Amino acid sequence: MRHTISLLVENKFGVLSRISSLFSGRGYNIESLSVGETIDPQISIMTIVTSGDDQIIEQITKQLNKLIDVIKVVDMTELDHVEREMVLIKVAPKQEDKAEVLRLAEIFRGRVVDSGQKTYTIEVTGDEKKIEAIVELLKPMGIKEFVRTGKIAIAREGVKKG
Amino acid sequence: MKITGAEIFIECLKKEGVRYIFGYPGGVVLSIFDLLYDNKDIQLILTRHEQGAVHASDGYARSTGKVGVVLVTSGPGATNTVTGIATAFMDSIPVVVFSGQVSTPLIGNDAFQEADIVGISRPCTKYNYLVKDVKDLSRIVKEAFHIAMSGRPGPVLIDLPKDVTASKAEFTWPEIKIRSYNPTYEGNKWMITQAAHLIAKSKKAVIIAGGGVILSNGSKELRELAEHTEIPVTMTLMGLGSFPGAHELSLGMPGMHGTYYANKAIQESDLLIAIGMRFDDRVTGRIDAFAPHAKIIHIDIDPTSIRKNVRVDIPIVGDVKRVLTVLNKVLKEDIKEQWGEVRKAWLRQIYTWRHERPLSYTYSDEVIKPQFVVEKIYELTKGDAIITTEVGQNQMWTAQFYKFDRPRTLLTSGGLGTMGYGFPAAIGAQLAHPNKLVIDIAGDGSILMNIQELATAVLHKLPVKVAILNNHYLGMVRQWQELFFNERYSYSHLHSDIVPDFVKVAEAYGAVGFRATKSSEVEPVLKEAFKIKKTVFMDFIVDWKEKVYPMVPAGAAIDQMLFEEHKDKPEKKLKAVK
Ligand SMILES: Cc1ncc(C[n+]2csc(CCOP(=O)(O)OP(=O)(O)O)c2C)c(N)n1
Ligand SMILES: [Mg+2]
Repeated sequence: MRHTISLLVENKFGVLSRISSLFSGRGYNIESLSVGETIDPQISIMTIVTSGDDQIIEQITKQLNKLIDVIKVVDMTELDHVEREMVLIKVAPKQEDKAEVLRLAEIFRGRVVDSGQKTYTIEVTGDEKKIEAIVELLKPMGIKEFVRTGKIAIAREGVKKG
Repeated sequence: MKITGAEIFIECLKKEGVRYIFGYPGGVVLSIFDLLYDNKDIQLILTRHEQGAVHASDGYARSTGKVGVVLVTSGPGATNTVTGIATAFMDSIPVVVFSGQVSTPLIGNDAFQEADIVGISRPCTKYNYLVKDVKDLSRIVKEAFHIAMSGRPGPVLIDLPKDVTASKAEFTWPEIKIRSYNPTYEGNKWMITQAAHLIAKSKKAVIIAGGGVILSNGSKELRELAEHTEIPVTMTLMGLGSFPGAHELSLGMPGMHGTYYANKAIQESDLLIAIGMRFDDRVTGRIDAFAPHAKIIHIDIDPTSIRKNVRVDIPIVGDVKRVLTVLNKVLKEDIKEQWGEVRKAWLRQIYTWRHERPLSYTYSDEVIKPQFVVEKIYELTKGDAIITTEVGQNQMWTAQFYKFDRPRTLLTSGGLGTMGYGFPAAIGAQLAHPNKLVIDIAGDGSILMNIQELATAVLHKLPVKVAILNNHYLGMVRQWQELFFNERYSYSHLHSDIVPDFVKVAEAYGAVGFRATKSSEVEPVLKEAFKIKKTVFMDFIVDWKEKVYPMVPAGAAIDQMLFEEHKDKPEKKLKAVK
């Protein structure tokens, strides 16, 4: 099963490499990973989406906890939480599809962040299902490029994080 | 007053009470070496290879319980330490390695003798550092020693760029607090109570003791537990010495080359009490057939060891010594059950297995049996020696036939299985215990992997004894080829009866060399060697056909064991007994 794991880590040189080499060295897979600073500039937060059975996920969280630079590990999947991901899609529609592309962007509450002679670049934020849905719908119109941020997650109000 | 990074380095080691550094010089660490030149408090032991330096510091650490310290140069000096670091990592040994590094502005430029040792050593250290600012140096050193020794111990590497050791700062010895590192020492009391009840109710319990018992200095508590509950104890390779091997409750080693009765007892048990061990595949054999009837209590300081390989009913994360102290107290004060009768029946059953198939070999008057050499060493030392081993058959025969009665008397590379470990480790142990008999039980293949350390031993007048079980082969490889590869001895024949002449090698370095070719010569050679206060090599020409038995083939359940073939049934070479 898929799990979204959120970790607070020391914002130090080499930390990302320690974490990614833990996954590769032990044969766990990373579906996505995103990193950013927190309000405290000495601490970064990472969101990792991974998959495995219960025993593997237990090992992953324990192994992450064991890393000296990791301050806290939370398996978001077990909590009530909000997940978001952003995608930038560059579409090159035929003349007759242009209106449809803009209509779809609007339905998905996307924004056109760049437009040129041949392409629109659309920004969409949402959970995984939403992102996948818009990508599917835009595919026939001619997606030239698309970039996803990877998932980030946050617990809902009042949820205790272990 | 401001002092240089190199001087701060020395001050830090003094604060940590370091007496010996094992090392090798080179360009970027010369300023540190210069300070060591006339330093009275710290002596550098110049090994002849950086791998030897790390193993020596590891032997020092295992035999004393203190941190071993290494200092090497950048590039090749640093990369030469990797096998030593990985060896210490797999066996959880506290070692701090200082590697020189090119100056910070040059890092990343493929400078002369630059290697990304922080990157290279990341997966085999508990933690590592690149010091970028001299102001951080003393804090980093203090943290490194703390991390190496605390929790589940392990090696830590500190990379020291040349310009950092040259620049100046005030020396401070700060309080350290690593917010993200808080090992759990106290076991959960409720879990411990549950464990006590399970132990009290069990009918066929077995304790499996591992290296964690030794690392936490918990041998006394383990013995108290075993004797109070009358539960037999089997010790993994790393756990040998944690419980007296000659004790009536000792079952010897379990697993691939374990005793029949230890493996039988595990397979038939209704409760396994695993203490400071991690269910290595050499112990469990086929995992889904391991201890099928047993509930499992697992005590370990490292939460990742628990439920990694086997299902666990009662997990207890904590320091072995502290957990056992509480467990013993609960068992003595709160448990009312009487277990005398049930235990007697179980111990009787084990006694039957023990007599059915004891550890054995066929003695010969003529050719020397390697097991005979190990037995004689035990007999003559009465267990009062520090034994190191190399890897292969020599290691397994030592584990089987030497009864380790005290912790920290067997130093062996268990996790990584590093050939070439034993001799430098013996040097480190001898330095820490000048009046002890320190013996490396070696193979003719392994000893050549760090033979250059003869110079180190001789020059420092370290009376290390090396007993080479010379079977002319990479014996353990040959054994597998005989049993599982149709006797095709592909590249395992070393011809060590011809090359080298170990007696002459020893003499060339200024050590003493002896050779024994007949069983009757074994005891006199050992006695003579133990008397001499010098480095001694003993070349025991042993039966090259001898194999380590019992043996569980890789991937089989641990009670599917092969035994020595019997003369009365020559048609059947191997016999698997369930
Ligand atoms: C550095 C290293 N290389 C290879 C091996 C694989 N290996 C395990 S045992 C062994 C044979 C060791 O031969 P020897 O030292 O003569 O010991 P024996 O088994 O003959 O007692 C080998 C090659 C190893 N453990 N370590
Ligand atoms: Mg050999």
